[in-house]
Formats: sequence, C-alpha cells, structure tokens
Amino acid sequence: MDNENSENKFDTIIVGAGPAGTTAALVLAKAGLNVLLLERSSSPGSKNVFGGILYTTVLNRLVPNFWEEAPVERHIKGIKIYLVSPQNAVSIGVESEEHNQPPYNNSFTVSRAAFDKWYASKAEEAGAMLLLNTQVDDLLRVNGKVAGVKVRGEEGELYADTVILADGVNSILAEKAGLRKSYVPRQVSLGMKEIIELPRNVIEDRFGISGDEGVEIKYMAGDATKGIWGGGNIYTNQESVSLVTWLALDPLIKSKRKSTELFEQFKAHPFVKNYIKGGKTVEYQAHLAPDGGYDDTPRYFTDGLVIAGDAARFLNASLHYEGTNFAMASGEAAAKAILHARGLNDYSAKSLAYYQKLLEKSFVMKDLKRYRKMNHFAEKNPEFFGPYFDVITQAAVDYFAVKETPKRSQEWQMIKDFRKNLGKATKSRFPLLGFCWRCLKGGLSFL
Amino acid sequence: MKIDDKLALDLFHVDKQAHLQIKPEICRKCPHKACTYVCPVENYTINGEDVVLSWEGCLECGTCRIVCDQGSLTWDYPQGGYGILYRLG
Ligand SMILES: Cc1cc2nc3c(=O)[nH]c(=O)nc-3n(C[C@H](O)[C@H](O)[C@H](O)COP(=O)(O)OP(=O)(O)OC[C@H]3O[C@@H](n4cnc5c(N)ncnc54)[C@H](O)[C@@H]3O)c2cc1C
Repeated sequence: MDNENSENKFDTIIVGAGPAGTTAALVLAKAGLNVLLLERSSSPGSKNVFGGILYTTVLNRLVPNFWEEAPVERHIKGIKIYLVSPQNAVSIGVESEEHNQPPYNNSFTVSRAAFDKWYASKAEEAGAMLLLNTQVDDLLRVNGKVAGVKVRGEEGELYADTVILADGVNSILAEKAGLRKSYVPRQVSLGMKEIIELPRNVIEDRFGISGDEGVEIKYMAGDATKGIWGGGNIYTNQESVSLVTWLALDPLIKSKRKSTELFEQFKAHPFVKNYIKGGKTVEYQAHLAPDGGYDDTPRYFTDGLVIAGDAARFLNASLHYEGTNFAMASGEAAAKAILHARGLNDYSAKSLAYYQKLLEKSFVMKDLKRYRKMNHFAEKNPEFFGPYFDVITQAAVDYFAVKETPKRSQEWQMIKDFRKNLGKATKSRFPLLGFCWRCLKGGLSFL
Repeated sequence: MKIDDKLALDLFHVDKQAHLQIKPEICRKCPHKACTYVCPVENYTINGEDVVLSWEGCLECGTCRIVCDQGSLTWDYPQGGYGILYRLG
C-alpha cells in the first residue's frame, strides 16, 4: 500500500483552515511548495468562534494594509475593564487617539465566518490548494514517520513530506499522534457567545464611538460569572455586538451551575444589560479555548509533523486574550521550520526541532512563559473572584458615598469596614495581610 | 432566552448519522452527570434515572468529551460539511 509516490503526494498537508493553518499555507505556497489545506467545514470559519478581536501584527506583515481589503468590522480604540459584585462595579478604561491611525493598534473586531474565508482565499491566490468539506480522521505513517492523512469519504489517503496540525483546541489528531493525552477539565475554558444586532447609531451613541471606531468591554470573573474563574466580554461590530462569557471548566463543574443559566445571568447583570438593551440575538455559539498556559503545552513536533495554534495550546489567556496572533505566529514558524527541513532534505524530528527554536525566539513562547503562573494563581485562589471582589467594590463605593460625616472620618470608617468585610469574606486571622499578599502575587502573575 | 429559541437562530446541516453516542447503562451509574449542566446547548437532559442525549443541536465544542470521565461517550466530529454552520462566528 505504497501511495507515497502517487499523484496524491504533496509537499505539505495542513489540517484546518483557521488562522494557524491558513498562515502556514500562505507562507509555504508563497515559497513555491505544493500545499494542500484541508478544512472540515463547507466554508472556512463557519465552525470557528472567538470573542471578538483579531490581533494582527503577523497578518499585517504577511498582507500589508490587509484592512483595506479584508472584511473587518471595527478597529479597537479602547478597552474598559469591570470588576463587578451584585450591587457595585469598579471600572478602569484606556483609550487612545493613536489607535485611530494605521495599523490601528493591530486590533480589529471581525466575524470569523467572513474573515477566515477571506484569509483562506489569500492562501489560494498564493497557490495553496484548499479542500473543503473534508474531515481528517487520522494520520498516516510510513516507517514510523508521519507521512500523510486519512480523510473520511472519497479522498481516502493523502501523502506528504510533512503534515501541519492546525485543527484547533479539540485536536483529536494531536492525541492520535501520541503527542498529548486527552484533556482534563482544568486545561480548557468554555466560551459561549451571542451576536446581538443593534442599529449602528445606537452602538455609536451607547459606546461613545464614531465611524469605524470600536471598543472592548471586559468583565473579570466576580459576580459576572458568580465567582467562577472566567469572565465576560462585549465587543462592538458594525451593526451588532458580540457578547461572550467564558468559564474555566474545572470550577464550572465544581460549582454544579448550569452554563446556560450563568450566561443568561451575565446578560441580565445590572452592569451588562444596558449595553445590549433593545438588541436582537441573531446567532448563538459555543467553543472551547485552551487554558493552563505554558505548563500545559504538549510536544509540538515529531517526525514529519508539526502542530500550530490552538492545537498546540498556544494562547495567551491573560488580560490580553490573544489566540489569533499566536495562531498566526506559530503557523508562520511551522512553515519556516518546514522550509528549513526541506533545505536539509530531512523531515525528522531532529530537523523540525528548528520550529521550537523559532518559537522560543518569538513572543509566543516568551509570553506563554511570562504568564505561566497566572492559571495556577486563579486555580489556587478562588476566593479572589467572589468574596474579594465584593469587598473591593464595596470599599470603592463607600469612598464616594455622600454623607454629612467629614471625609477624614468617612475614610477611616471605610478602611475599618474593608478589614471587617475581608475578615468575614475569608475567615482568616490576618485578613488584610492575606489580602495584600494575594494581591501582590496575583498582580505579578497577571500583569 | 431559552436554549431552544437560541438554537432556532443557528444554521445546521444535520447529518443522518449521530456523531455522539452514550451508553445509558453507564450514565445511569454516573456519580456527577456533569454533562447535564455544562453543555452549552443542554444536549444532555435527565429523565428519571437516565441521561438522554439529543445530538442534533450540537455546536461541536467538545466540552462533554472532557467532562465525561466514565467512558460512556463516543465523540467524533460529524462528517465534512455537516453540523453547525456559523454565519457570523
Ligand atoms: C470564546 C472565545 C473567545 C476568544 N476570544 C479571542 C479574542 O478576542 N482574540 C483572539 O485573538 N483570540 C480569541 N480566542 C482564541 C482564538 O479563537 C483561537 O486561539 C484561534 O482561533 C486559534 O486558531 P487556530 O487556527 O489554531 O484554530 P481554529 O481557529 O479553531 O481553526 C481550526 C480549524 O480546523 C478545522 N478542523 C478541526 N478539525 C479538523 C479535522 N479533523 N479535519 C479538517 N478540519 C478540521 C476547524 O473546522 C477549523 O476551521 C477566543 C476563543 C474562544 C473560544
């Protein structure tokens, strides 16, 4: 059964036409390789969900001024971050006029169904072959080395010198390749999303933007997720907003709360509902995202195979929720490693280890390492996202309370209440000390 | 908003064959039945002692695959071109 030399043989086969796979296809096709890009959906992007912001440092290098032709919604001018309790909210916002200039801080809201389709067409223009409706079920091996893929249906077996797995967070193929075990709940978050239509002028008035300006609103755990590690987001599109809730799966399971109910409670939260008031939901979506960071990345290459994007768990799940940029950067690095291996005419793991070198040098590994403690912190300090948030937001509200007490004594009272509330919330003997220590540790792992 | 009303907004190309299957006798003994509350489309419901699966509204997120630690679930993607088709992803 040696089809290795038949017409079915490609230089590289890439599984998955998301940002990781398409970037690899684009770079390899530009370099003149015979590339096959396989996608299980009937249109690239129609299986894909993200929150809202496409980060584009890599894209803008590969397709300069891409926003002039790509289907982007709005460029992101600012962000507002909320900590919420049932009654109170503290928020901090950042906005910049600089972000209204090219390259728009490399942040654009897009619809993945539209963007991924456009991006895949760029890889096709460069010479890659895109095959849709194609479900890859397994990897093929020749003498122990990955040498192609097995496709459900007519195409059957397809061979290549190298295979790139860019099949996203649920990469069953990475499991079949023996490069990682199946996930445990602490390694993923569940995202749920609604696209809510609103008239353009309502969006502009409500969010304080005009033209193609956009904003992100971010809710950090707390009452937004009923104390479960996770959060919520609102992103502005042209004529809709994307409303997202994401929940770390392990604490979600332990909470025994229904994900669908948590999502509805988020929508109805006093500090959320006004942003979506009067809107009409037009689509409902759900997807997993990799969590766990650097310490949970698998081995991402072997003989004849490299893994990129979410399949390799490359996502910066910190305050900067960056997956698209990591997917594109790792897709580009995967392509470069394959070109390097081609130069040596050696597709073994030893030669493909160049992929790791490229990643170590890029922001992908550096950022993953930078935030490696964050998930551990979130896991070990669940009280941070429930009781602490209540106490912090209460103190902020007390500070601004209008009373006939002189401000100095009001502030003392606020500090006393803060300590008392902390004590109640954590039942610790030294609540303030514990709180400061955790803030320091947490701050260091987040920032 | 009810989950059925949300799913009515989504476009599916439903396959004839189920891509998810459970073994009811295992689910009956499952100590946590976590699938019944984590699934974002409420595909898994409880009927008396039993877990009932309706896979047609599946968004292919894979959450149930991770929470089912009892070996009851067979999870696969639907064949190419079938399943959920987001228009606005
Ligand atoms: C709720 C949520 C919010 C997010 N918000 C953001 C955000 O705001 N900004 C950001 O940068 N990132 C965000 N992310 C992360 C981002 O979506 C991912 O990191 C990114 O999409 C990964 O790209 P990828 O190419 O690796 O995988 P994907 O985009 O998942 O693409 C994988 C592709 O492979 C295909 N495929 C899978 N299996 C097979 C198979 N067996 N055969 C053939 N084809 C297959 C799929 O159909 C899909 O097209 C978010 C994620 C979630 C879940």
